[in-house]
Amino acid sequence: MSDSLDQIFISAKHWILSLLSGLPDWVAPIISSLINIGALLGVFLTLFAAISVLERKILGRMQNRYGPNRVGPFGLFQPVADGIKMLIKEDVVPARADKVVHFLAPILVAATAILALGVIPYGRNMTPFAIDGGILFFFAVGSTTELAVFMAGWGSNNKFSMLGAMRAIAQMVSYELPLILTTLPVVMIVGSLSPDAIVAAQDGYSLSILPHWFVTTPWGAAAFVLFFVSGLVESNRTPFDVPEGESEIVAGHMTEYSGFKYATFFMAEYFGMFAVSGLAVTLFLGGWHSPIAALNFIPSYFWFFLKLSALLFVYIWVRGTLPRTRVDQIMNFAWKFMLPMAFTLIVAAAVWHYQGRGLAGWLWSLAVIALVYLALSRLLDTRKKFAPRTYRFAE
Amino acid sequence: MTPTLQLFLIVSAALFSIGLLAALSRRHAIFILIGIELMLAAANLNFVAFWRFGPQPQPPTGVLVAIFSIAIAAAEAAVGLALVIAIYRHYRTTNVDKFDSLKG
Amino acid sequence: MNNVAFLVIAIITLSGALAAAALPKLIHAALSLVIVFVGVAAYFFLLGAEFVGLVQVFVYIGAVAVLIVFTILLTRREVTGDRGINWGGAIVALAVFTGLLWTILKTKSLAIPAPQIEPVTVKVIGEVLMTNYVWPLQCVGLVLTAALIGALILVMEEKREER
Repeated sequence: MSDSLDQIFISAKHWILSLLSGLPDWVAPIISSLINIGALLGVFLTLFAAISVLERKILGRMQNRYGPNRVGPFGLFQPVADGIKMLIKEDVVPARADKVVHFLAPILVAATAILALGVIPYGRNMTPFAIDGGILFFFAVGSTTELAVFMAGWGSNNKFSMLGAMRAIAQMVSYELPLILTTLPVVMIVGSLSPDAIVAAQDGYSLSILPHWFVTTPWGAAAFVLFFVSGLVESNRTPFDVPEGESEIVAGHMTEYSGFKYATFFMAEYFGMFAVSGLAVTLFLGGWHSPIAALNFIPSYFWFFLKLSALLFVYIWVRGTLPRTRVDQIMNFAWKFMLPMAFTLIVAAAVWHYQGRGLAGWLWSLAVIALVYLALSRLLDTRKKFAPRTYRFAE
Repeated sequence: MTPTLQLFLIVSAALFSIGLLAALSRRHAIFILIGIELMLAAANLNFVAFWRFGPQPQPPTGVLVAIFSIAIAAAEAAVGLALVIAIYRHYRTTNVDKFDSLKG
Repeated sequence: MNNVAFLVIAIITLSGALAAAALPKLIHAALSLVIVFVGVAAYFFLLGAEFVGLVQVFVYIGAVAVLIVFTILLTRREVTGDRGINWGGAIVALAVFTGLLWTILKTKSLAIPAPQIEPVTVKVIGEVLMTNYVWPLQCVGLVLTAALIGALILVMEEKREER
């Protein structure tokens, strides 16, 4: 019974395909892909609507106030009101803007974010597009986002937009490297770039209660933290939201966009969050496996979305807690700290593997990571040296 | 038409000659670099097409040459664009017809 | 292999290339170049070399296209476009294309359909890279490091000595 509940969506898709068995051969893969895409869009658009109101309510509660609570029961129909507002706003395009580039930029940002969602395994046998180099596909598509951000900044013909786009690209390019390098230990240990293989390698439990997820190893935990922070930066979330710092450069590269195009940018940012969180769950938190062997009867997609929701809650929590960092602090952090740590994690993963994957390996890799971390924290001194303050009083 | 090897080679020859057109007939330094990138892409396509249509099974030599070629093209694009920026700082123009004196 | 897919990708790639060569505004040409790269990556997928297609998207669109676009941004004084296509260049390009076309059509041994293979996996590429091609891999690493340092030195501002 639990097996059929687990595979209920796959059975539904096979049933729909069997209804169309009279058509020629080339129709079936296309219809299957279309069903996959439709299900993906449906699930994630609903999740986007839910997150947009839940974020405001959680931030409100953290700031000791209610969030939006007028529109429905506990304010949960707020996305409907927001959607209607965004759709009926006037679409203002600057007169001297580059029309084609200005129009294509939000579409490209949203398209790359949705493409990245296609290779993540959501449940047993439930990867929309299972290709051999899935992780590489994810990063290839994610690196196209920078070009789309530049198009948004350039197409608006506005100095604030251009400056915001340059800052956004500098930040995103700098953190691409730690993002990719922290997935390298996982890929090395599993031996495959396919997300299905990575989830399958995290199967199994020690003593029936401790899962073999990669986050339970020292290099996995450190890589998870670094990956999560890089994901925060890649999606331009507080504390790294310099590109859209409202008090500094209005809205950065999104300044000249109104109405539906702004909603597309907003949606693309959240889809980027979903994609990075989904990949973090796949790589480090065991994908759709349950944490305890006894709870295996609960369907796999339930566990995936539970872990995804936990990570999204941490995103919102960090937004409500930390102040914005300066641009040079962000760059220093990426190049001087995260990059060396990512390299040592590769070495630590190899040490863990070759010392046998038990307690000895755990302690040795922990020693490697701790050594490099302490050395970096002593040697890096990136505080700006300010001259002593001189005061000038009015005479 | 079933895509035979001839069709792939014709497409890559067309891409190569369009890249040659861009590299020969434009005066802006970056346009010339765009033409060079087009020619490199056409050559990569050629390599992979010949590998695919060759006698199977064969080692993935064509695929690897294409990967190395992409890496080298990235390095060359980086250095080429750095050169364009450095020259722009000196001459204040990117029209390659104006880069005509060896003296700095 | 799919005929419709081949034709569609051919149209997209060649029209993007013509746009990249002929458009007057530089930024439009750079974005058409991105379309060409996407088309070539699609061809790699069609030919069964998925890893190369992904590397193409990653390196060319994620890095080279961003570099080109940044350089356009930093060298923006020259806004007057070129005065039309140079006819000498067009004749040379057409001659080259005709020569290549004649060569391709003359060689009868090239009119073969594709043999059936499975797409080459990343595992095979990894093994070959680490056994047969380990020296080229290290050399490419050296070349990339040299290019990185060289590009940095070229664009660094010269420090003035009187401080």
